[in-house]
Amino acid sequence: MKENNNVITNVLLSGVGGQGTILASNILTEVFLGAGFDVKKSEVHGMAQRGGDVTTHFRFGKKVYSPLIKYGDVDFLISFEELEALRYINWIKDSGKVIINEQQVLPPAVNLGQAVYPPDVEKTFKKFFKENVRVIKGQEIAIKLGDARAANVVMVGAFSNFFKFKEETWLNALVGLLPKKIHELNIAAFKEGRKVL
Amino acid sequence: MKKVMQGNEAIARGAWEAGVKVATAYPGTPSSEILQEMTQYKEVYSEWSPNEKVAVEVAAGAAVAGARAMASMKHVGLNVASDPFMTLAYTGIKGGLVIVVCDDPFVHSSQNEQDSRNWARFAKVPMFEPGDAQECHDFVKLAFDVSEKFDTPVLVKGETRVCHADSPVVTGERKESAMPLGLDPKVASKYVMVPANVRVRRPIVEERMKKLEAYADKFKYNKMEINDKNIGVITSGAAYMYTKDVFPNYSYLKLGMVWPLPKKMLAEFFKKVKKVIIVEELDPFLETEIKALGYKVWHGKDLIPNMFELTPEIVEKSLKGKAYKAPKVRVKPEDLPRRPPNMCPGCSHRALFYSLKKLGTFVFGDIGCYTLGAAPPLQAVHSCVCMGASIGQAFGAGKALGQEGLGKVCAVIGDSTFLHGGVAPLMDTVYNKGYSTTIICDNRITGMTGLQEHPGTGYTAKGEPANMVNYPDLARAIGIKNVRTIDPYNVLETMGVIREELNRDEASVIVTENGPCMLHRREKRKFQYPYYQIDVDTCRGCKACLEIGCPAISWQEVSEADSMTKDGKKRKGVVSINKTICPGCGLCQQICKFEAIIPGQA
Ligand SMILES: Cc1ncc(C[n+]2csc(CCOP(=O)(O)OP(=O)(O)O)c2C)c(N)n1
Repeated sequence: MKENNNVITNVLLSGVGGQGTILASNILTEVFLGAGFDVKKSEVHGMAQRGGDVTTHFRFGKKVYSPLIKYGDVDFLISFEELEALRYINWIKDSGKVIINEQQVLPPAVNLGQAVYPPDVEKTFKKFFKENVRVIKGQEIAIKLGDARAANVVMVGAFSNFFKFKEETWLNALVGLLPKKIHELNIAAFKEGRKVL
Repeated sequence: MKKVMQGNEAIARGAWEAGVKVATAYPGTPSSEILQEMTQYKEVYSEWSPNEKVAVEVAAGAAVAGARAMASMKHVGLNVASDPFMTLAYTGIKGGLVIVVCDDPFVHSSQNEQDSRNWARFAKVPMFEPGDAQECHDFVKLAFDVSEKFDTPVLVKGETRVCHADSPVVTGERKESAMPLGLDPKVASKYVMVPANVRVRRPIVEERMKKLEAYADKFKYNKMEINDKNIGVITSGAAYMYTKDVFPNYSYLKLGMVWPLPKKMLAEFFKKVKKVIIVEELDPFLETEIKALGYKVWHGKDLIPNMFELTPEIVEKSLKGKAYKAPKVRVKPEDLPRRPPNMCPGCSHRALFYSLKKLGTFVFGDIGCYTLGAAPPLQAVHSCVCMGASIGQAFGAGKALGQEGLGKVCAVIGDSTFLHGGVAPLMDTVYNKGYSTTIICDNRITGMTGLQEHPGTGYTAKGEPANMVNYPDLARAIGIKNVRTIDPYNVLETMGVIREELNRDEASVIVTENGPCMLHRREKRKFQYPYYQIDVDTCRGCKACLEIGCPAISWQEVSEADSMTKDGKKRKGVVSINKTICPGCGLCQQICKFEAIIPGQA
């Protein structure tokens, strides 16, 4: 029984193209690699397109083999869009934690009046995950700070509360990945996110 | 230095460290980032080649001149390059030659799903298969040494979950190759593959395979991990990663080199473990070979699927069978609305396909973003096989149909695809007196795979200005008499020109103009208005504008209070246009019969 102490944490990030899942997962990568973990990350999406769904599998632990999370093994779901959260609800462990950005990006079938956007996403999640579900006004907070695009960093800020790293560790990773002119905005977004949860 | 890298980035880095001098590629998912990454290295000549065959030939020329060279492509790219590749296995190389071929199990973005390991056996060359970014880096680096040591091209196989996964890589520094550059006419018999020389080279290929087999037993990335001796798994690449994740206690023989197989190591492994399972993605490649060596395999493709990609879940489910406990289903995912791929708002392909749909012609399509014209609601593409096939197929259909087919068949092909494989069939069309119409939808870049330059864009892979193919001149030079250009955004004009050429009993070429890809960084179409909007009082909600499938347009039911237009017509719903994504291409405005779509102000 050699490797059973190899505990892996699985984080699934989901959203639609353009919401910044990639930056968010890059921040996680920097932080956990810096803390001495092995990390693996894969982006999973269909053909090149705008507005399609995008998910990133991010895993860390002593030694990570698979770049993909096993279906049903997600410890944390960070979702940037409500429908894209729901799409992965079956992937989460019973004890898993969920952070959802309060935002709806309507898919084409809904836009064309052929389907309805799933109602009560939060309620559905709460039914299964109770207090482990947090819906965050990432979009609203980011807009207040001056740019809707920083919603992804608000989400990372919220997620950071699950770990013991110092705020500085996260901020260092963040600024290392972004051009200088948007540092201030994103640092503020991170701090706001860290406060809401 | 330790850095998190994507597999493709690590492949480029490994090759750079190995002293690669010439790197070539034709883009294709999931391989495109290899060359993109390579362009940052100033010591390396990097190019987007017009197609994979050319990419391999250019790299092979560099290798004959003594340089280390690498060509990269997606799985189907090696089909195109198979002609030079198969014979390069005979000539051998001089400077190291590595061909990276990246599979796409589950067909995330391809026209078929094929297992490239078969090429290694077919051509009799070694193939390495990395499973993560560190291995990408290390294996590619070693591949150059092996190539030179055994005088053979070496295949390195990537795949989506290796190429597009990020993990830490310990990198090294570049070391220039010790091989002197130069051409030596005296060794021509090695490179001139005429029958007499082929017969000399042919046995050398077999001897080399024997030597490689012996080498495989010492290959440092063929690794045995003995844990639970009851069950041993033979596997490689991503399949190893998934299996190891789910069954950490099994014993493993992980093959870093999947061809040829390490015979002594296999014998040892079969001795050490009681029962052997082979876990491999796609074909029973290892299984067939290992069984042919006389071994008894406990499980393989009887349990592991032979199509689509593996995942940790599929490996677990397949091997555990009834003992597998599926996670509970909380919401049925099939009930949720999907987000299918679509052309961007404003894309010139959408406008072209609207016209084609209205004309009702059969469209032999080709490969690129414009293949999305096959999806609803446009459904204006009726065939798509491989790069360049549209032109030959349209011509062939015309030959079969004769006068009956006149006015009814055309080929639609993208600019990059046309240069890749469209010129030869176009020559056939005019030479053998076909009548089909070829429409080149020139969006000025290789769109689908992420905006790579090609010989028609006027820039090289490194962004230097270069010659730019002129499509009308090219068409005329091969003998096409009827060459027209159209503005695809002008529906009436476009329909008129296409109709005329379709009905002409002679080959024609139509080139779209001023319709650059919406994501193009250099070229932008200037539309007359910043966006369009709906005149809510006039919109009848007739849904005619939904026929183009533009992501910016939506339709909502209206309440009783809103169920009349201003001029007293009944309506069920109204359309709205999302001005944040509408670029103002004006296609929908040309479709609306009620003038309910009007220009928006900045
Ligand atoms: C043999 C082969 N090589 C590469 C590819 C990958 N591929 C698919 S579409 C495409 C680019 C098409 O570009 P273009 O013809 O300019 O059309 P666009 O996507 O820009 O509309 C490429 C390279 C492929 N499918 N087959």
